[in-house]
Amino acid sequence: MAEQNSPLGGFRFPEGPVTIAEIPFLTQINIRKEPDSSLPLSAGTSSRSGDVDILWLGPDEWLAVGPPGGFTEHHWEGSVVDVSAQRTTISLRGPHVRDLLALGCATDLHPGVFGVGACVQTTLAHAPVIILRRESEFWVLVRASFATHLAGWLVDASREFAVEALP
Amino acid sequence: MMLIPCPWCGRRDESEFHYGGQAGVAYPSDPSTLSDEQWAKYLFFRDNPKGAFRERWCHTAGCRRWFNLVRDTVTNEIHA
Amino acid sequence: MRAGHGGLVDRDRPLRFLFDGVEYQGFQGDTLASALLASGVRQVATSIRLGRPRGIFAAGVEEPNALVQIEEPFPEPMLPATTIELYDGLVARGLRGRGRLADRPDPARYDATHAHCDVLVIGAGPAGLAAASVAAASGARTIVVDDQPRLGGSLLGTGEQLDWVERVTAGLRAAPEVRVLTRTTAFGYYDDNHVIAVERRTGHLGAQAPAHLSRERIWRIRAGQVVLATGAHERSLAFSGNDLPGVMLAGAARTYLRRYGVRPGNRAVVLTGNDSAYAAARDLHAAGVEVAAIADLRPGGSAGWAELGIETLPGWAVAGVSGDDHVTGVTLRGPDGTERHVDADLLLVSGGWNPVGALYSQAGGRLVYDDALAAFRPDGHCRQALHVAGSASGAYQLGLCLSEGAAAGRSATRAAGFEPVEPAIPKIKEREVTPGLAVWMLDGDESTQFVDLQRDVTVADIARATGTGMRSVEHVKRYTTAGTAHDQGKTSGTLASGVVAELLGVDVGELGTTTFRPPYVPVSFAALAGRDRGMRFDPVRVTALHQWHEANGALFENVGQWKRPWYYPRDGEDMLTAVLRECRTAREDVAMMDASTLGKIDVQGADAGEFLDRLYTNMISTLKPGAIRYGVMCRPDGMVLDDGTVIRLTGTRFLVTTTTGNAAAILDWMEEWLQTEWPELRVRCTSVTEQWATVALVGPRSREVLAGIAPGLDVSKDGFPFMTWRDATVAGLDARVCRISFSGELAYEINVSWWDALTLWETLAALGITPYGTETMHVLRAEKGYPIIGQDTDGTVTPHDLGLGWAVSKKKADFLGKRSFSRAENSRADRKQLVGLLSDDGTLLTEGAALVVDRTSLGHVTSSYHSAALGRTFALGLVRGGRDLVGQTIWATLGDEPTPVTITGSVLYDPEGARRDG
Repeated sequence: MAEQNSPLGGFRFPEGPVTIAEIPFLTQINIRKEPDSSLPLSAGTSSRSGDVDILWLGPDEWLAVGPPGGFTEHHWEGSVVDVSAQRTTISLRGPHVRDLLALGCATDLHPGVFGVGACVQTTLAHAPVIILRRESEFWVLVRASFATHLAGWLVDASREFAVEALP
Repeated sequence: MMLIPCPWCGRRDESEFHYGGQAGVAYPSDPSTLSDEQWAKYLFFRDNPKGAFRERWCHTAGCRRWFNLVRDTVTNEIHA
Repeated sequence: MRAGHGGLVDRDRPLRFLFDGVEYQGFQGDTLASALLASGVRQVATSIRLGRPRGIFAAGVEEPNALVQIEEPFPEPMLPATTIELYDGLVARGLRGRGRLADRPDPARYDATHAHCDVLVIGAGPAGLAAASVAAASGARTIVVDDQPRLGGSLLGTGEQLDWVERVTAGLRAAPEVRVLTRTTAFGYYDDNHVIAVERRTGHLGAQAPAHLSRERIWRIRAGQVVLATGAHERSLAFSGNDLPGVMLAGAARTYLRRYGVRPGNRAVVLTGNDSAYAAARDLHAAGVEVAAIADLRPGGSAGWAELGIETLPGWAVAGVSGDDHVTGVTLRGPDGTERHVDADLLLVSGGWNPVGALYSQAGGRLVYDDALAAFRPDGHCRQALHVAGSASGAYQLGLCLSEGAAAGRSATRAAGFEPVEPAIPKIKEREVTPGLAVWMLDGDESTQFVDLQRDVTVADIARATGTGMRSVEHVKRYTTAGTAHDQGKTSGTLASGVVAELLGVDVGELGTTTFRPPYVPVSFAALAGRDRGMRFDPVRVTALHQWHEANGALFENVGQWKRPWYYPRDGEDMLTAVLRECRTAREDVAMMDASTLGKIDVQGADAGEFLDRLYTNMISTLKPGAIRYGVMCRPDGMVLDDGTVIRLTGTRFLVTTTTGNAAAILDWMEEWLQTEWPELRVRCTSVTEQWATVALVGPRSREVLAGIAPGLDVSKDGFPFMTWRDATVAGLDARVCRISFSGELAYEINVSWWDALTLWETLAALGITPYGTETMHVLRAEKGYPIIGQDTDGTVTPHDLGLGWAVSKKKADFLGKRSFSRAENSRADRKQLVGLLSDDGTLLTEGAALVVDRTSLGHVTSSYHSAALGRTFALGLVRGGRDLVGQTIWATLGDEPTPVTITGSVLYDPEGARRDG
């Protein structure tokens, strides 16, 4: 099997107040069907089963995200489309992550309204994204064609936090 | 920047939405039976009130659902 | 002069600065204005129209006079000296009206951010701090915005309750859900409590500003509730000579003394129509400024300030001001006409106070005239979730400001869903207040009674406007320019209304004020642009092969947000040579193009065929799995919306492609019809644009090349016919190969996962296959007369106009656009039609050039290229009745010289279609 190339080539921005890293090649399946109890039913929520996250994208649309090669279209019912290469995933960690995201995202990501497991489709740095809050990090799922733009934007934005802000 | 109440995602910035014009302008059930004038009315004529206006929006940057609301075109206050 | 002690400046931290070429010294905590006053500088600027000397008039953002240009560390034009925090090394000079932009790029960083809160408090004076302390103690997410470097607002200028200010500030800064933004001005109030503010983050550090922090930041704040505690601005009076340096608002003088430890003069006269100036007189007097007299316009004077120890003159006014470039004396006139000259270098004025209503007005609220206040104040019925408190609402006494602030904090907190907690608010013993007088202008020479100092507008100018018949302040504003300067009439707006009302003999309340619009203060374009500039102005989208294209010398073309390879020049090639080579290679040999930007939508469900039948003009449902059809989409008005191919994957699953720029719009279009008109259809649509990378392999040798890298695939003409697709292993990769052609040549489009694109492309490149870009693609398709939607169409073009009538079904009962094709307008013989164009002398026509006959425009050139295959230039154009004009000559206008052009059919190359099977 020839080598595969992710949109950001496994990009990793050095450890600092905000760690920015691509998580490449996650399996992603778009599912469209009538809602049922196996799926998260509230807007902006996700459910976790083993190492698979299922994200609510709309009243009849979900995105299953799991490890590379974890599953295929055949694991799911409904109108099912493999979109693993459609988006890549950027992990953001560190104490300033919310401040970093706020520089380009109008959606409120305060833990009081956007806790662990919450997800949202919105725009970040003018690019369409899905943001998922996990226990110790944020995942930003971004369309592959926007990934270079977004990664560059995030690195530039994180300069702010490279040195502690003035008092 | 208005907040538009998406029935699914809640109130979100106007920039996440696509405006769809006047609500309730149904596609005619059989366009072939309409006169040119009737068809042109469907295609080109819309209300433009000062005040309450029932209109369509789509949450394009979010759940991609279409929905209707009533907006006051003077104050941008949204009802229903 | 600097007072011996007092003020909030740090006398242990001297700062050196240059003003108009002279070196001065100030202290940390000074503004440029206070440092200039401390240094005895009287004239700071020169007025724009009349060239009159102007000094420092106010102490804050409302300053109309003291405009300066900063030269170092970086040029910045037109800043009020009262808003510039002093720093070491500042170089500035006074202006006459206009400043000068820097002639070099600003190296500083600017950015923007978003914030959300339950309660936003705008203004951190007594009312704002009281409100904020309630909200913060109640656990509400709270943001406090204030334009000064420290909280306290007017208290910094009066010196009252500073201990309380310290305590509240410390409490706010320590609270986890509270954000305190100092040096931040809320300048825009939009729908649904969306408040925009600018934070000046590092400018006050001068050359020491750290490069990694943005210099200014735009805050986009979405607040559940807003407390407007924006305070009040003192206003002047229109009297003769009221613009001379040394004439100063009384409250400003108090601020210079109390906050900056500066005595703005040595001997003062006070002119007032209300009580507030007495406190200023008292404080200045106590600090050693001789206060010669207080001329109180009210016949009875003030009851609450009887025991001041300063001569007060009830019913007296100012008749004139003497001095050439600053005040040297004041002539007072008594109620009986007696005049008295007083030597003085300072004339303190208070014409009353105006609640700062700009944001309230922007929020959709109305300002009403209040007789008791002699000012316009918020009417209290704004549709937005806001609460006005303190002097912004017309409460001018400290105790009232504090209690109103706390009350506003309570209502805002409760409305935000929190139970208000009562903080400790200082108790104030109020002095008895004598009501202020509504007075606007005094007797005197109207040509030196200034209303708007920054625009040099006098009572005489306003009288000229009303004399011509103007009756509206909006008209007077536009005629005289009063209130249109960069201070937006903060000190002059209400005065202008008052003067107009008096001249017209009408009630000022009925006359009203002019409308307030954002921004409340000038905001630099650099701040508004933030980081959205250069490559980040709009996201750049790239394909999986972008780095290869860059590494291999491609030049790029913007297509929507995408960067697409335009052409790949080899050593020494210009664009024409490169494109002709690429075209020849594709037509005579084999070449490849990155076609990944095409939009791709997975359409599936039991009714998918029916759905696509309704959307496309041609029949889709009869397509067999394994087959491909070209399709055209129209809007209901019959105009072409998009085109592309439809691939039937299975009985219930299709993959459709859209043009590069239309991918998102077509997906939205599909959802719109499914959700709003055809909910009964069992169909779901999913974008897979980036899931697949697409490589077009084009040319007579493409079959041979494909066979070499897809050994398991039957590539024979009969085994893999035109307009079919096959799943196959290509270059060892899972691939879907479509036999379609956008060039007329034998061609394949090979689709692989984005992740595999580079492997496929490099395999082909290793075989020596020539890459080509969008320019060659355009030439090849135009030679075949294939239109590009959006280039050869403009939203007024039907499929028939494009010669695509063959793609319009006559069998289907209905589809989007069908009814419109029979409208009379769409059947006219003289509609613009797509035709080929050959210039008689071989000139390359300009895209967009008009096509004319007998001075009548028949249309325009839509596409124009050099063709290797034709050995000449050619073009496509939309021409009125064009298909009936084939063979005739019309004229293309190129600059001044019309060029003769012969109209041809739109298919100029291989009209028989002989080449597509190789």
